[in-house]
Amino acid sequence: MVKTVAMALQDLRVPALGQALRPNVWDIVALVLVIGALVLIVYGGEQTTLPLSALDVAPVSLDPANLPVYALRTTMRMLLAIVCSIIFTFSYAALAAKSRRAEIVLIPLLDILQSVPILGFLTFTVVFFLNLFPGQVMGAELACVFAIFTSQAWNMTFSMYQSIRNVPKDLEEASQSFHLSGWQRFWRLDVPFAMPGLIWNTMMSMSGGWFFVVASEAITVGNTTVTLPGIGSYVALAIEKQNLAAIGYAMLTMLLVIIAYDQLLFRPIVAWADKFRFEQTASSDAPTSWMLDLFRRTRALRALTYPFAGLNRAFSNLHIEWPQSLQFPARRGPPSRVIDTIWFLLIGVSTGYAGFRAYRYLSVHLAPADVYSVIGDGFITLARVIVLIALATLIWVPVGVWIGLRPKLAERVQPLAQFLAAFPANLAFPVFVVIIVRYGLSPNIWLSPLMILGTQWYILFNVIAGASAFPTDLREAASSFHLRGWRWWIKVVLPGIFPYYITGAITASGGSWNASIVAEVASWGDTHLSAEGLGAYIARATETGDFPRVVLGIAVMCILVTIFNRLLWRPLYAFGERRLRLG
Amino acid sequence: MLERTDQATLLDLRSVCRSFPKGSGEELSVLEKVDLTINSGEIVGLLGRSGSGKSTLLRIIAGLIAPSSGDARCRGEPIEGPPNGIAMVFQSFALFPWLTVLQNVELGLEALGIDSAERRKRALAAIDLIGLDGFESAFPKELSGGMRQRVGFARALVVHPDLLLMDEPFSALDVLTAETLRTDVIDLWIEGRLPIKSVLMVTHNIEEAVLMCDRILVFSSNPGRVAAEFKVDLPHPRNRLDPAFRQLVDNLYARMTQRPETKTPSLEGIQGTGVGMVLNHVSSNVLSGMIETLAAPPYNGHADLPVLAGNLQLEADEIFHLGESLQLLRFAQLSEGDLVLTESGKRFANLETDARKRLFADHLVNYVPVMGLIKRVLDERPSHTAPAARFRNELEDYMSEEGADETMKTIVSWGRYAELFAYDEQSETFSLENPH
Repeated sequence: MVKTVAMALQDLRVPALGQALRPNVWDIVALVLVIGALVLIVYGGEQTTLPLSALDVAPVSLDPANLPVYALRTTMRMLLAIVCSIIFTFSYAALAAKSRRAEIVLIPLLDILQSVPILGFLTFTVVFFLNLFPGQVMGAELACVFAIFTSQAWNMTFSMYQSIRNVPKDLEEASQSFHLSGWQRFWRLDVPFAMPGLIWNTMMSMSGGWFFVVASEAITVGNTTVTLPGIGSYVALAIEKQNLAAIGYAMLTMLLVIIAYDQLLFRPIVAWADKFRFEQTASSDAPTSWMLDLFRRTRALRALTYPFAGLNRAFSNLHIEWPQSLQFPARRGPPSRVIDTIWFLLIGVSTGYAGFRAYRYLSVHLAPADVYSVIGDGFITLARVIVLIALATLIWVPVGVWIGLRPKLAERVQPLAQFLAAFPANLAFPVFVVIIVRYGLSPNIWLSPLMILGTQWYILFNVIAGASAFPTDLREAASSFHLRGWRWWIKVVLPGIFPYYITGAITASGGSWNASIVAEVASWGDTHLSAEGLGAYIARATETGDFPRVVLGIAVMCILVTIFNRLLWRPLYAFGERRLRLG
Repeated sequence: MLERTDQATLLDLRSVCRSFPKGSGEELSVLEKVDLTINSGEIVGLLGRSGSGKSTLLRIIAGLIAPSSGDARCRGEPIEGPPNGIAMVFQSFALFPWLTVLQNVELGLEALGIDSAERRKRALAAIDLIGLDGFESAFPKELSGGMRQRVGFARALVVHPDLLLMDEPFSALDVLTAETLRTDVIDLWIEGRLPIKSVLMVTHNIEEAVLMCDRILVFSSNPGRVAAEFKVDLPHPRNRLDPAFRQLVDNLYARMTQRPETKTPSLEGIQGTGVGMVLNHVSSNVLSGMIETLAAPPYNGHADLPVLAGNLQLEADEIFHLGESLQLLRFAQLSEGDLVLTESGKRFANLETDARKRLFADHLVNYVPVMGLIKRVLDERPSHTAPAARFRNELEDYMSEEGADETMKTIVSWGRYAELFAYDEQSETFSLENPH
């Protein structure tokens, strides 16, 4: 297991970190386009003045007997979202990888999209989807699914895009030489090659997804309150009713759901996908799954799949050629200057228009003072993220190294750490809030740890993976030269696990920004706690339906996250990959 | 009459050229006016040094890249994209790791839209022919290198190509495996059991070319051109110890170490000389070791290249790189397939480490123009530092980016050994300061 994670981590390229460090003009274009699109969606939503109170939603009850049904609803939303994410990934990544002109726009766009706080998306999409299906649960369901989708799709797409771009040249030549059509090549070469990275990223996305499905089931935007039956809304009701036992039940249910999901769905997929790992030698410990073994041993069930296998074969063998512009780059002449110019003009005009609309919309409602105060809030949250990551590092790096250097222990702790990362921490928030309320602690300080409650585990399990992969000969060399104490940490083990730690810290930091929107405000019954910060700002603006301020808050968070990534994480990641990657 | 000629001529290239953009944006010519005809029933070898453009030529024939100019025809049809009737065997095998042996072999037939019963029949026949029986359901990573390349052969043969292209098919295999596979392929060929008409094989292994080919075209580098053609009339199976075989190998060695005739200098400087010379990276340890070996008995300063390659278990290509580096540094002289130590080479062999470094440094500054340039710039600048980019840009005026990478690597490694200058990888700067 540990080995698998280590391998998978090597496959994992943190999105876009290979690119240039400085934000370039395309980032700005993408940022403006995203914000502009959000504004347009809200604008459209505001024009449609339908009585949102007409929403007919079955009331949620705290009876634990309902929990299985709620869990099922929540799980279904997750599944639907992951299907959407996969479809999106295939088309977006393929387009970006095959077309140079599309790539110029799509990749920076993706980069910005993944720094937009997911719960910020929710604010807009709830209104949009509710108006799409007025008076129906459908709209709210779709909004929720869309929120999960936005938490999953971007890193999956990045992983797939990078895989397609890095398909080995000899296989590419072989598939051309044997006359595979563009369509055949995509299903026979690009997709299988991208599979291991894609599956790993899908698993990570799933882990993150639980957090957002729970957060988006019960949400208030202005005078619209959406309560979809599910574990998230169950917890929301429990908070309102101050029922600590119900929160315990919900956490237990979630625990079982995640275990089932892992065992019944993901473990089999990972074991099955082992054959797509691109390596020339057979590895000794392939991942296993009892579920897959069970299925592979059945005869009747397998027979049922044959027609599907045939269909799949026929589907991937369809003779579809890509348009001329997407194939055979060697044969193509130099790209047409005229089309390039038109294309860039088009991008310029759309960016200008989106920027103009965004400015017009925001300038009507906001004064410069708003901007300054939001930036101030942003820095408070930034300080929180930095302090929390530092604290988590101080705690989990030594623990992770200690565990990782003991293979037997690591084998048992690693799945636990991964599980904790998947567990939606927001379900546990009320427990902390109760303590803060009871002892009258300062929310500004004591609400902060909630931001990292769920994401600190990424640091732990990556460090464990790094320490497990640390070469034995280097450890032996260190002990034979009597390296001990701080010298051992600084010269031997910390550089060895650095690339792994950075991967974990990047994930943890991104997750913390996202979590700030639900962590900086908390309530228990009638008691409402709120900390100073950008997350609380966005949460408050969402609750009052103040869209200009939501847009402003999201834009600032987006910019801060992007700058933080470019100035700190990417250089560190690049340094780790270049200098400290072992083997 | 005309029709018969057309049928017999499988492949016809007329003054095919190919150039790639250089680092500086100009074009670097890789192939220059190549003429090549392949008829039915022959095995033709393209023999050349790495980087001589022979793989590029193979890819033009395979329709994977287009020529910059010239005419390339397969069975009279111009080559635009991979032609029907040509299949390729790759150096790296290029097997799909997620497909079984059988699925890999069937892949080419599937793309042709052949129905599944026929596909299975032909795939099994090809697997049987190449000796892969019993491995049908194995995945490539479960197989040894030799078995993997057999899959590569089966996959190419199953489409019944007229012309089989082989891109150094045995060079990724160990000596014994390669020999077995070569013999098997040749046996099938002379028994007429291969469903193909001709073979075009790219190789840098001289003995392999003599062992397998009916006709050998020697490629010269920079830019790639057909420098000579050798006919091999020895009957199969050929014996490596046969004097006629040895003679041919010696002739090929001599042909390949011949100095390229001097070309007229152009304004931008001569490709391959001066600052714009591509330096292949050969470790200073290997150079020292080679000088010592040459100086010692039985060579006593004079070695026959095929013998030396055989004794040291080196590929012809490696021994050429080594010999040329030594020649560039004036420690040895290549001529007529021999490697002869110079006076300073002999002196080098008898020196202690520090004295060797000083001699090496002398030769670097005097005989490798780019090293002299770097040393001068560092001496002249008050800071005694210079960014690597300054020299890299200059190199890229003359060579491809890969060539510049390789040359920079060599510069850094030789410069460090000779203690001419220090190089900081982090900041990518040269300096005269060494840590004390």
